[in-house]
Amino acid sequence: MSNDHAHAPAHVDDDEHNPHLAHHFDTMGQQTASAKLGMWLFLATEILMFSGLFLAYFILRMFYPEMVLEAHEHLSKWAGGINTVVLLSSSYTMALGVRSIQLGDAKKLRLMLVLTMLCGCIFMVVKYFEYSAKFEHGMLPGKFYSAHLHGYEIEGLPHIFFGVYFLMTGLHGVHVVIGLAIMLWMFIRAGRGEFSAKNYVAIENTGLYWHLVDLVWIFLFPLLYLVK
Amino acid sequence: MSTAVQSQDPHPAVEPSYLVSKRGLMSWLVTVDHKRLGLMYLASVMFFFLIAGILAIVLRTELFTPDQDFMSAQTYNQVFTLHGAIMVFLFIIPSVPAALGNFLLPLMLGAKDVAFPRLNLLSFYVYSVAAVFLIVAILTSGLDTGWTFYTPYSTSTGTAVITATAGVFIAGFSSILTGLNFVVTVHKMRAPGMNWNRMPLFVWAIYSTAVIQVLATPVLAITLLLLIVERSLGIGIFDPAMGGDPVLFQHFFWFYSHPAVYIMILPGFGIISEIITVHSRKHIFGYKAIALSSVAIAVISFVVWGHHLFVSGQSELAGVLFSFLTFAVGVPTAIKVFSWVATLYGGSIQYNTACWYGMAFLWTFTVGGLTGLPLSTLAIDVHLHDTYFVVAHFHYVMVGGTVVAFIGGLHHWWPKMTGRMFNETAGKWGCLLVFVGFNVTFMTQFFLGHQGMPRRYYAYLPEYQVMHQVSTIGSYILALGLLWTLIYLLHSLWKGDKAPSNPWGAVTLEWQTQSPPIEHNFHETPHIHGSPYDFPEIDKSAGALHH
Repeated sequence: MSNDHAHAPAHVDDDEHNPHLAHHFDTMGQQTASAKLGMWLFLATEILMFSGLFLAYFILRMFYPEMVLEAHEHLSKWAGGINTVVLLSSSYTMALGVRSIQLGDAKKLRLMLVLTMLCGCIFMVVKYFEYSAKFEHGMLPGKFYSAHLHGYEIEGLPHIFFGVYFLMTGLHGVHVVIGLAIMLWMFIRAGRGEFSAKNYVAIENTGLYWHLVDLVWIFLFPLLYLVK
Repeated sequence: MSTAVQSQDPHPAVEPSYLVSKRGLMSWLVTVDHKRLGLMYLASVMFFFLIAGILAIVLRTELFTPDQDFMSAQTYNQVFTLHGAIMVFLFIIPSVPAALGNFLLPLMLGAKDVAFPRLNLLSFYVYSVAAVFLIVAILTSGLDTGWTFYTPYSTSTGTAVITATAGVFIAGFSSILTGLNFVVTVHKMRAPGMNWNRMPLFVWAIYSTAVIQVLATPVLAITLLLLIVERSLGIGIFDPAMGGDPVLFQHFFWFYSHPAVYIMILPGFGIISEIITVHSRKHIFGYKAIALSSVAIAVISFVVWGHHLFVSGQSELAGVLFSFLTFAVGVPTAIKVFSWVATLYGGSIQYNTACWYGMAFLWTFTVGGLTGLPLSTLAIDVHLHDTYFVVAHFHYVMVGGTVVAFIGGLHHWWPKMTGRMFNETAGKWGCLLVFVGFNVTFMTQFFLGHQGMPRRYYAYLPEYQVMHQVSTIGSYILALGLLWTLIYLLHSLWKGDKAPSNPWGAVTLEWQTQSPPIEHNFHETPHIHGSPYDFPEIDKSAGALHH
């Protein structure tokens, strides 16, 4: 560390003693740009991972269009719709949070993080009731499917539809929970005064992640709940 | 060792090297230094190379006679599966990028470290967890699906498919994190003056590889997740008995695993570009062509996966398109080979061990590449599919290409990584054994496959016996060469001469710092003014060796 003075070019003296600057970067600008590029690449991997599931969904729909149409009637459009509104609102509060810290308002950032987390929790609660209803009616994935024993007759192979439904919404739900954990961490860090108008890339990246979670849902909702 | 290094050093370093700057086991276990992580990866991949190599020798020994010798069919299935799965996921994929790439990338860019050093450490531990999963799978009920996990067999066999696929799933995340780290490092961590046209070709190759790792591996992750869910919940997406499509699994799997072939070979190309130009002391021929052909291969690699499905019942039109696109990969690949040969032409070649491996690569990889052409020809593939011809083809690319390049690179950068010189004579003998052993083993298999010997059988018809025996003897020679190489390289750590900072007279940045480098790589941030291959006068650079 002692040789850091020798490494840094003269024009970045301002950053020399910035406690947020990691040793291997020369400037805060370089560090921020790296963090952002890293996040965008990570989001690309997320999109590609979900795209595999979307492909599986489209194949399923191509193979068994009537079954998908009939099976999707058993998903609650209301629950899905409410969750869509909730997640969209949470993206808005998240964006406001990022804006707040860009303007240096850490207090408002914490408020916005709380509101975003609240929306995320509402989403998960609605999801819980949705899943519970499916479990009760035997609309379970694959070999656990037993809706016919509960008086629901769906033509064809609905066990695949519910398999894909649980896999897609389940993986998305895992991302929501991870998002909540990250926001809680950011909330704690913001409370310690770690973020400012000059150092907010972690908040921005959290926001990017949360918007992706939102975006995936924007596609999941119509494809699973609103098929025609 | 460390004190000896310092006392023998004619130009005592201001700072201790990265190997001794911090001490104790914990300083290694929690290190975020890319060089130490590179060495840790190197030790890990070499360990798995040894394990999977032993499995290969066991397989070849069983095949010495046409009948069953000491392995049942079931055991044979498990052994070739483990050989393939360990070689692919725990050795070849991380070999060059995670071991040599980690060590060299920041050095070659003139950076202090990769962009995300802690992520780099995490990536190593994710890899370790993946290895544990695979080892648990082996120790419980094994794995007999082949490394490709084709459904519906993989969803019905009694072996530890879930544990093994979970291991591969986790290894994928390690690969993604490493790739992501490298892409950001190349974009954001270049030293002043290091523009894209001044980057060493190894960096270009690692960069192209990292792009594939980031874009392809997530699809493997979801494929394996679907397979795990299919096996545990029976959702019926791949299982035809439940309304699914087994060919869909093949599409999913090869959408990752064909680009993964280029994750394996592109870094090898990068090594060869460095070795050829440095050891022939001549500016690389066609710098931009080689650099951009790496990118072109990375792009085309995403649209050729269907050539694995020529006989799986995909449509004829798809077959024709995939066949054409597969031929297209040959163009950027040939550009590289021609450029390397043109670089050698008129150069003042130093025939040392690394260069020998470079030359060996030109032969073995070219054979591997050219034999890909008959396989990508639809009509001929029907005859050759699932025969030893395919086995020989991909071993010529993976072993003759990647492994030969990897070992060559290991010799080239050994002085930089360890600070020690190995014995050149021993190195050349090792290279000769590897080259001869490899060609005897796998050249024979082209003929076996062409005559109809199918892959993955523990027993065979008597008329194939002579060639199988030749191949087995070749594999022993290859194993001997590799063991010999391991022995003299390890020996050099204790008895080798102290390495000068630039033993080969190279121009790239990693040679401009001491051997081994200090913890922060450079005493002063380097400024780059020209190409990494502008060698000074040949006489001067040769003379510099003796200083």
